[in-house]
Amino acid sequence: MNGIHDMGGMHGMGPIHAEAEKDEPVFHHPWEARVYVMTRAIGAWQKWNIDTGRYYIERIAPADYLRMSYYEKWFTRNVELLVKTGMVRRGEIETGKPAPDSAKLTPALRPEGVPAVALNRHIASSIEPSVHPRFQVGQTVRARNINPVGHTRLPRYARGKTGKIDLDHGVYNFPDTNSDGRGAKRQHVYSVRFAARELWGDQASTRDSVHIDLWDDYLEHV
Amino acid sequence: MDASRRGFLGAMGAAMQVKANADDEQPDHQHQLVPSDISLRVKSLESLLVEKGLVDPAALDALVDTYEHKVGPRNGAKIVARAWTNSAYKKRLLADAAAAIAEVGFLSTQGEHMLAVENTPQVHNVVVCTLCSCYPWPILGLPPVWYKSSAYRARAVIDPRGVLKEFGLDLPEDVQVQVWDSTAELRYLVLPERPAGTENLSEEALAALVTRNSMIGVEKVKFPAVESPR
Repeated sequence: MNGIHDMGGMHGMGPIHAEAEKDEPVFHHPWEARVYVMTRAIGAWQKWNIDTGRYYIERIAPADYLRMSYYEKWFTRNVELLVKTGMVRRGEIETGKPAPDSAKLTPALRPEGVPAVALNRHIASSIEPSVHPRFQVGQTVRARNINPVGHTRLPRYARGKTGKIDLDHGVYNFPDTNSDGRGAKRQHVYSVRFAARELWGDQASTRDSVHIDLWDDYLEHV
Repeated sequence: MDASRRGFLGAMGAAMQVKANADDEQPDHQHQLVPSDISLRVKSLESLLVEKGLVDPAALDALVDTYEHKVGPRNGAKIVARAWTNSAYKKRLLADAAAAIAEVGFLSTQGEHMLAVENTPQVHNVVVCTLCSCYPWPILGLPPVWYKSSAYRARAVIDPRGVLKEFGLDLPEDVQVQVWDSTAELRYLVLPERPAGTENLSEEALAALVTRNSMIGVEKVKFPAVESPR
């Protein structure tokens, strides 16, 4: 979707506040830590995948998206997905109490499982020889001009632009279909190098470039 | 911290409502009433999830402890220092970062999806995620607020040199700036340049010089280290 989250190249966002905090804590408030770890713990149920999780952050209304902090967006997404998947009912969120007929389950993530969670994001292996690449390293390609209303990882600033395949990262799930139940549609992902001038015109340095990781379905032959 | 980004927390009163089973439709932005205090809402959700047996509070506490004390940029710094002092390791890191990082014990041997990119006097690499805030959690921990900011996400790809200047790094025009936008499941580690004058330092002393920001590519490693640890 052409959402507010697709920020690459936007103006008006102000300075970065690079030096705002000298010793930045991992979490700024205890609730931020709880949101982060709850996300990991409910993720262990595998009721939704990482692409759906990203999609439900992108669906937050643009004004809210800009106003909310990072972990507020995560919290909002978590509530929506817990309700959508039936893990929790809307009424339970409102009262903070389980419905009387709600069965008590056994948590998917136990303390002994925590170290593995921190060491591994559980992305499926990218080595899958039966899936053939449509493009080769060194080939010139164009990012397709597509504007899907659902989730996509093809940023607007790359669409219609020409670049060169720099690396083949192997095979990954396709976010556009994997995010909404249409299937993993596994395919190759490449690091595509775009000259900064191709993306931004003469204002950019002739030497600079942006590498973007793009799926087979985002690319076309030139 | 940036007070302007945080000051609105109490005012946050609207949450988006998404129609269930309507993924192919555009979301409507109907607002609903929710308790305005985010910390109370989080507490309420946590107690609900615990009561329903969906989360184990001991696992939550262990996760907080992990990300506050065990996983963080010191992990990445150890990898960088090893690459600086061991050319065979550096070669492995640049060829297969996931396997080289697993050797040090910061990734499972199942393999993660990592790429290490090397800064040199001619090429400067910098990492961003314009679409969300993807970041190599196992080796750098959770990202700092500036990395997640709209300003960084918007500007790093269109004006990387201007962004680097805000971090105090003014690169000569003849240096190539390579920006890596983490749009997929690959995560990036910048291998910064080893500063001059560090030939006699131990691997451990070198690791202490390596900053988080240098491994994202927004600054260089300095020797002697400057006081600010950013």
